Amino acid sequence: MIAEKYAAEVEAILAKYPSDQKRSAVMPLLYLAQRDGGYITKDEMIEIGEILEITPTEVASLIGFYTLYHDQAEGKIRIQVCNDLSCALRGADEFLEQLCENLGIQVGETTPDGFVTIEAVMCLAACDKAPMFQVQSSTGLEYYEEQTVSSALEVIESLRKQDTPS
Amino acid sequence: MTDLILLRHRQIPDLNHLDVYRQHGGFEAFKKAVTSMNPYDVTDQVKNSGLRGRGGAGFPTGLKWTFIDYENFPHYVVANADESEPGTFKDREILEGNPFQFLEGVALAAFAIEAHHAYVYLRGEFWQIAEVLDRQIADLEAAGLLGDNLFGTDYSLRIYTHVGAGAYICGEETALLESMEGKLGQPRLRPPFPPTYGLFGKPTVVNNVETLTNVPLIISRGVDWYTSIGTEKSPGPKIFSLSGRVNKPGNYELPLGTTFRELIFEHGGGIPEGGKIKAIMAAGASSSLIVANDEALDTPMDYESVPNVGGALGSASVIVIDDTVSIDWVLHKTLHFFSHESCGKCTPCREGTFWMRHIIDRIHDGKADWDDVELLNEVALQIKGKCLCALGEFSIEAVTSGIERFEEDFRTKTGVSSSGP
Repeated sequence: MIAEKYAAEVEAILAKYPSDQKRSAVMPLLYLAQRDGGYITKDEMIEIGEILEITPTEVASLIGFYTLYHDQAEGKIRIQVCNDLSCALRGADEFLEQLCENLGIQVGETTPDGFVTIEAVMCLAACDKAPMFQVQSSTGLEYYEEQTVSSALEVIESLRKQDTPS
Repeated sequence: MTDLILLRHRQIPDLNHLDVYRQHGGFEAFKKAVTSMNPYDVTDQVKNSGLRGRGGAGFPTGLKWTFIDYENFPHYVVANADESEPGTFKDREILEGNPFQFLEGVALAAFAIEAHHAYVYLRGEFWQIAEVLDRQIADLEAAGLLGDNLFGTDYSLRIYTHVGAGAYICGEETALLESMEGKLGQPRLRPPFPPTYGLFGKPTVVNNVETLTNVPLIISRGVDWYTSIGTEKSPGPKIFSLSGRVNKPGNYELPLGTTFRELIFEHGGGIPEGGKIKAIMAAGASSSLIVANDEALDTPMDYESVPNVGGALGSASVIVIDDTVSIDWVLHKTLHFFSHESCGKCTPCREGTFWMRHIIDRIHDGKADWDDVELLNEVALQIKGKCLCALGEFSIEAVTSGIERFEEDFRTKTGVSSSGP
């Protein structure tokens, strides 16, 4: 339960908002819940609802609305490639296609070992550094800019190594 | 080399450290305001500077501050760091490189409208920036530049970050406020506007990151200095985010009124070999497609002049398209974006962007005839003027202008089947 596990953080988050407006804390609390396992469970939705005095349905609707919240387990890391207009004008579509080919999966799929999910996402405010992607994982989000397929594969390999304790 | 004003970190190393920022006059403007100025005077100076909102709408900043309701307290300042417009990446550079000048701008805005709490709403993807910003805010508190009884006065101010989670619509100020309140990020019906009914229903000023970053230097160097930059009606510096088919994409801080030609060919190094400039989108994906002829290229990029060539300056996110690209592909990209990002609250936008996406996919795949192009245009015109917020309106800009000004591309596409940009 996040209220116990992250007690100090929950308290610090709630302190940011007026005491009669604690619903504002829902987004940071969802990030906390997502920290383990990369997605938010039904129990966590119920718990967040209880902390903030809103219904679990309201919590679930937010997870559906915002793209960075997930309610299902996918790969340990999500490679989110921007292929919006500006990036695509600098080769992002071809980059994404070749990266998928190399990983042997389609956009939206996860590698058989459960490590990488590949996603196409909307503009990440790095249009001058395309092709680029962000990696979403339990530790947060990280940008990788001016990428080639081989540099991207290297990034994935190094993250895989970090994930496997030697 | 001229002195940069907003991207000063490119000329001053380590400006994102508080001690360096203070060595260069940082927080002197805030101290001067709190210790020797009336809040109204700060607003007045910003008003007289002619600073206009840099997020896209170009609304006069100081005037916005005067709309605050003084019958109702507390007041809030919310900095809009939800930068999500395709082609826009200027606020991110400010937040990373020159964060204290931005935070000083937040502080000055808060003092001007007598707010004691300010929030910075960052898009979820700026998660790392938010973590750093939290530490920088803590540095300011430790240095006595934020907190209670600042500089021995009775003025107190706290700044907090709030991180979004991936939704373009939250850049719209009322959707941003809803999102901050823990609700779906959907726009409110207006009026009332945020200066009367904003965050938690209280009077609120919402300003873009770049807008606020201008404020400390307006206060410290004065209105005359500021208005000597740019044009009479569009004073000050502007960051132009240049992307697409150019040799040197990036952020360029230039006076408002610089021509497209200077930005694209002098600073941006021109078009990569094998292509010729064909179209310009001056305000990211939300733009109409401007035909890149000599008249357009020689047009000054300011709020008044860009409409003369059928566009708008907006957030000044200049996307360059060359003649290797067919305009139907551009619309395929922008419509996928807008249909994904439509928040679903109002029908014209939700349904309109969905159907426009289906029609453009058919056209782009070479499976459509000319009637489909006319149908696309008709759907776009049905959306026009009927949406709750600007997103729906933005979604049709490239559609109607693209079909009108680049008809040949659509003729080709509906005549002979081919694919790719």
